[in-house]
Amino acid sequence: MKYTEEHEWLRVDGDLVVVGITEHAAEQLGDVVFVELPEAGTQVSSGDDIVVIESVKAASDIAAPVDGEVVEVNDALADTPGLVNADPLGAAWFVKMKVDDPNQLDGFMSEDEYKDMIA
Amino acid sequence: MPNLDRTPLHDLHCELDARMVPFAGYEMPVQYYDGVLWEHLHTRASAGLFDVSHMGQVRVSADSLEEAQLALEALVPVSVLGIPEGRQRYGLFTSETGGILDDLMIANRGDDLLLVVNAATKERDVAHLSANLAGCAVTPIIDRALLALQGPASEAALAGLVPGVAEMRFMDTSVLDWNGVELWVSRSGYTGEDGYEVSISSSKARALAEALLASEAVIPIGLGARDSLRLEAGLCLYGSDIDTTTTPVEAALAWAIQKARRRGGEREGGFPGAARILEELEAGAPRRRVGFLPDGRAPVRAGARIFREGSDAPVGDVTSGGFGPSLGRPVSMGYVETEFSGTGTVLEAEVRGKRMPVTVADMPFRPSTFKR
Repeated sequence: MKYTEEHEWLRVDGDLVVVGITEHAAEQLGDVVFVELPEAGTQVSSGDDIVVIESVKAASDIAAPVDGEVVEVNDALADTPGLVNADPLGAAWFVKMKVDDPNQLDGFMSEDEYKDMIA
Repeated sequence: MPNLDRTPLHDLHCELDARMVPFAGYEMPVQYYDGVLWEHLHTRASAGLFDVSHMGQVRVSADSLEEAQLALEALVPVSVLGIPEGRQRYGLFTSETGGILDDLMIANRGDDLLLVVNAATKERDVAHLSANLAGCAVTPIIDRALLALQGPASEAALAGLVPGVAEMRFMDTSVLDWNGVELWVSRSGYTGEDGYEVSISSSKARALAEALLASEAVIPIGLGARDSLRLEAGLCLYGSDIDTTTTPVEAALAWAIQKARRRGGEREGGFPGAARILEELEAGAPRRRVGFLPDGRAPVRAGARIFREGSDAPVGDVTSGGFGPSLGRPVSMGYVETEFSGTGTVLEAEVRGKRMPVTVADMPFRPSTFKR
């Protein structure tokens, strides 16, 4: 698993990358009550806001970590947004992306580096 | 946190693992370990303890109570003279243009009046009172904390310590003893639930909070759930839903202006902004505060503009909005042109550049459970 400075995790799965948010981020957001996902097939650039997460406190955007195409979104989050708090590293993945340039994945943090960042 | 005041319960909040945030110049708990959603639901199901010591407590007295009551009537459109001893009433400080300077509680304690005002406005309120209440002593009370206990188990939890509270009804106030400590109790709150607010000497506040938290029914509640609870109850947050640009009639708070202060009343007018407010009481106002129920699950938060379907000219805006945990759905309140303020009117809110349907709804969004 790789991590971004924006508290996202990336799991490489063949030529796809699965994107979610970390436990630390989920805890900071508080209870999530609504998740708005992009449409599958959307071409996005790194930094584009692709997901809106509404907690009881506020709305937060999740940015695309890399350039590529959103090939699948986790529709379960529409009905059960609380998954983001219950299982942020597993069931609450947001999107699967087909990465344009796999070299973009080299710049992200390892788990240890991420833990140092939030310590 | 630098330059922030602390309440007498600050250390207790930290020991309870509260997440502290700056609010109205104070370091306050926004939530504790269980989070906002759970705190909200627990308050409605059982009882929640809130530290509201940041709010202003102000004593107003004069040679006679009646003199203090009549003096205060020059600043609020409320029948202060009509508040019986041992009762309190909701009130508003109005501005010369008919806007709202603050909202407050006014208690008649027999010998004096006790006001509870908002934290962010308390210095301005005290200056306003001191400058305008001729012949009265205006005394900010700075050595007392204020705790709120809210929810259906509040009566049992507090009566276990202070038996006299069980006899009180909604908006009653009373001075009661707890182990030799004088409590100023009112049966009121800001959640739509039955409950109490208790003023206590700062040095004894922690002991009372711990005695209440020792009850299995009671957990500490932060500002996050305080906001979602009051929103479901349709109660205004000063600075968001009401301010100097909103009049009492626009804000749907005309009920706080008793007959005695209206046209033809015994003490008609005589408060700041009376000309406009008395006219609006009869003729209506161009816009009105209403509830909005958004379709779907996306919260419609403060700042969202409201439109008629297919029109680009806004007819209103949202002043508070979020998720209502007890309703399991988003809820909002805001202002809309009176023409479109009827219950059931379907309008559109703009959220992140997209329009979504919202329906004008009555407030409170869920029935209040006051013990009347």
